[in-house]
Amino acid sequence: MEELDVEPAITNIPAASDGKHLGFAWGPGDILAYETLYMAPGMCRHQHKPLSMFSHSCAKGSGCSFIHEVRKDEDIYSPILRKLFNESHHIFVGLQTIREDLPSKNKKTQFVSISKNYRSVIRACMEELQQVAASVLVLQVSILLAIELIWNLCEVLFIDAAPAGPLLLHLLDWVRLHKGDVDEKAREVLQSESPAEHHDYWDVVVSYVLQGRFEEARQMLVKQATLQPAARNMYKLMDTLLSKMPFYNPGGTQTLTEFDVKWRHWHEEVDRCLQDNSFASNQHLEIICKILVGDEDTLLEHKELLSTWYHFLVTRLLFCHPTVKPTELHYYAQSCMTMFLDLRSVPEPLDSILLAAFEFDIHQVIKDCSIALNNWWFVAHLTDLLDHCKLLQSHNLHFGSNLREFLLLEYASGLFTHHSLWQLAVDYFDNCPEFGHVYLELQIERVPLDTERKALKVLRICEQRQMSEQVRSICKIMAMRALRNNRLGSALSWSIRAKDAAFATLISERFLQDYCARGTFSDLDLIDNLGPAMLLSDRLTFLVKYREFHKLYEENRFSEAAKLLLSLITAKIAPRSFWMTLLTDALPLLEQKEVSHSAHCALHCGFGHDLCFSKHT
Amino acid sequence: MCEKCVNAKYVSQKISKTRWRPVSHSSLQQPDIFATGSWDNEDNKISFWSIGNHGSSGMDEGFEGDPQLLCEHKHDGDVLDLQFLDQDRIVTTSSTGAVTIFRHHQNSQTISVSQRWPRVHRYPCDNAPCTGVVCSSPEIVTVGEDGKIIVFRADQEGVIRVIENADSSTIHAVTYLRTTEILTVNSIGQLKLWDLRQQSNSPSQILSLSGDRLPLHCVDRHPNQQHIVATGGQDGMLCVWDVRQGSTPFSLMEAHSAEMWEVHFHPTNPDHLFTCSEDGSLLHWETSTHSDMPSFLQGGRNNSMISRSAMAPAGGNQSLISTWLSGDSSKGRLETTHMLPSQTLSVNSLDVLGQCLVCGTDGEAIFVNRQVPV
Repeated sequence: MEELDVEPAITNIPAASDGKHLGFAWGPGDILAYETLYMAPGMCRHQHKPLSMFSHSCAKGSGCSFIHEVRKDEDIYSPILRKLFNESHHIFVGLQTIREDLPSKNKKTQFVSISKNYRSVIRACMEELQQVAASVLVLQVSILLAIELIWNLCEVLFIDAAPAGPLLLHLLDWVRLHKGDVDEKAREVLQSESPAEHHDYWDVVVSYVLQGRFEEARQMLVKQATLQPAARNMYKLMDTLLSKMPFYNPGGTQTLTEFDVKWRHWHEEVDRCLQDNSFASNQHLEIICKILVGDEDTLLEHKELLSTWYHFLVTRLLFCHPTVKPTELHYYAQSCMTMFLDLRSVPEPLDSILLAAFEFDIHQVIKDCSIALNNWWFVAHLTDLLDHCKLLQSHNLHFGSNLREFLLLEYASGLFTHHSLWQLAVDYFDNCPEFGHVYLELQIERVPLDTERKALKVLRICEQRQMSEQVRSICKIMAMRALRNNRLGSALSWSIRAKDAAFATLISERFLQDYCARGTFSDLDLIDNLGPAMLLSDRLTFLVKYREFHKLYEENRFSEAAKLLLSLITAKIAPRSFWMTLLTDALPLLEQKEVSHSAHCALHCGFGHDLCFSKHT
Repeated sequence: MCEKCVNAKYVSQKISKTRWRPVSHSSLQQPDIFATGSWDNEDNKISFWSIGNHGSSGMDEGFEGDPQLLCEHKHDGDVLDLQFLDQDRIVTTSSTGAVTIFRHHQNSQTISVSQRWPRVHRYPCDNAPCTGVVCSSPEIVTVGEDGKIIVFRADQEGVIRVIENADSSTIHAVTYLRTTEILTVNSIGQLKLWDLRQQSNSPSQILSLSGDRLPLHCVDRHPNQQHIVATGGQDGMLCVWDVRQGSTPFSLMEAHSAEMWEVHFHPTNPDHLFTCSEDGSLLHWETSTHSDMPSFLQGGRNNSMISRSAMAPAGGNQSLISTWLSGDSSKGRLETTHMLPSQTLSVNSLDVLGQCLVCGTDGEAIFVNRQVPV
């Protein structure tokens, strides 16, 4: 067995008594655990005390009668997160239908838009969770935040795959999107009586600068400038510097090299201002100038405003290396992380995942996410999207399928354990070419069928996928149930659906037994109106025809009745037990004058023939 | 009407039934409140929703504003059918065989159980799901998998009448034909007419499809012409019947590729019909209106839908012959439009009133369209 990546998590079962030995059984999505009477070696038999630990008495022979269900994935039972599963299912199914033969440029735009769709679904869920504002959900919100952060970065780096130049712009957007508190603070400051004197004012300005939002920074600075007319020139200089910072324009005609040259000019100009002590009299402007020049120490002084190492990374890139290439990212990422985090603090899972993303190690990202999250939703959908972008190497796993299929199967199997979401899982299995069908066959039989309507839906799923064995078995279950409740018509309609001749025979036998017992037919509305369905089984045909014979006889249409009876006898579809009955039925007909002569003879012959036959058997 | 003008609202429960609250005939208001029932949940619910349509005429878009949840209540078992009894009360039938009347208190936006008949549909040793209900206040008629037809009166304890063994197979739906006659459909493809004034336990008429006896799942009567009935069944075919004539359907149209769950004539514009199905589509059927010019000479029609049936006589008797009974098994003079984006899961239920249409799906989504072209 391979080495474990992480230590397994320990879950305490609070209701189980201390010191008891637990037995367990695996279920599809959970574990059932129960207490046993097993004595672990090292426990003293007589006193029921473990030798080493404190004493613990329990009555001899008693046991707890509970079964504990330990579930790994609580998320599928959350009503708000359910929307995530449903909406993303819709997006997933749409993604699978993107045609392979589109030119890759069009496909890339589509993939990016699908990625954005997924993310907007995550955001919508997050917003809803935040509105509910229960303490229990804070953890879920933060998990969703992290998921969206990772997904967004993957979209920027892998799916959109921006080259040097636009790359930084995308990363800036990424950071801005995930640092929402700046706008909140800004709103607070602007709504106050004198914004320039608000205690958070400079924090807001610096935050804007750190995020590269110079327009907003300049607007804020104007307010301060009007308060200090004496320092007008200084503010004007800062304003000029901020307005002249070049940003790469992906749609423009400027090449990356030209942009780089322009940027270096601007950088030199800012550096000159710093050396000239142009802002020496105003510490805030001096700090901003140092930030603009990319001074690491100043940046690190503002750890609180940056709050994360990846914000620090992007800011540093903005002011030091705006033409950073994708392949260079990991170098800067590693160094920024080291600089930003304390030497003593352990990197959190999120940090190592982001670092792996900057290193373009997709497999590591997926692996770390699988471990960190308790639900396969994220990795399954992200991997599927990346696979469509042809970004995953097709190395096979030990157990035969590729990574994408493995994750989708795990996710869908988890869905199938849910009483309601199992229907979504069907589409996921459909899109796993190697094992999906087999998984579906095994799982679909376990769906409980409480009502006919549900059974019909399950049947439709099976029929559309040519799972004939499952169709037969479901119809048989429903037909048996109907038969037990004496609903012969329902039972028959199920056997017609499954084209189950054997069961139709069984039902017909029931009818015939009823007739023998009571002398009349039950459920005439069914037998009289079967139409071509009666040909499903010989016995059924016989039943219908026999009833028809009775009808003809009651209507005094004796010649037709006789002909019918004759054909019934000669066709030999009657059950053996019925032969005597048929022959007895023939007797009164022989006395009827209307029965034609030929029919008369035929009946006699038939009579004789069968009488002989029955004597010899 | 473009498909994109319909937005989905995800509600975390699979919707089995949805119905508009009736609006008074005198007012020209569009409906604003609808009720839904869920199924296949451990805790099923009935809920009331509002689309905030209180006489606002300034709405240009067809989909502004999601439906807002007003209130909800726990429901024991799947909600298999749901009907409004009057402005404040709904009747629901459950997979546990119970029939319940809920009252919606508009002032406090709460729901309470007004009356309950537990386990009215049952087998000797088990509950039987109650599959359909129709009501004409105060009378309520329900049908179930046990093949019984049961008549109740709201505000009266116990049942008024039970027709035991009305059917040897499951009865899937029921509707009123006249005030004293009902129509049921079952899982061996038969329509049965029952006259409630008579005491006998057998139907007054039985109609069925020739050929395969496939289950019928839904039935609806033409609002003005009481002899015209539409049904849908397991194979997704839409059948229109004339119950006065003959015992087989008048016209058959291929509609869906899987079970048709509901069929509805538009209550005020019966030239329009709506069907929804397990295959995830919702179709809007529109017959051409009475006109002197044959339809294939009118501009703007989709030619592939034009039938080969005979031209209608200019003016004349057309008003007496419903355009639904064109007697042609091709699409007739019909236009069919898909109303939902593709790739939704099964659409279990729909309701249409005025210009508003609501439907619910197994993808746990509700779609509301406020500008149905009728």
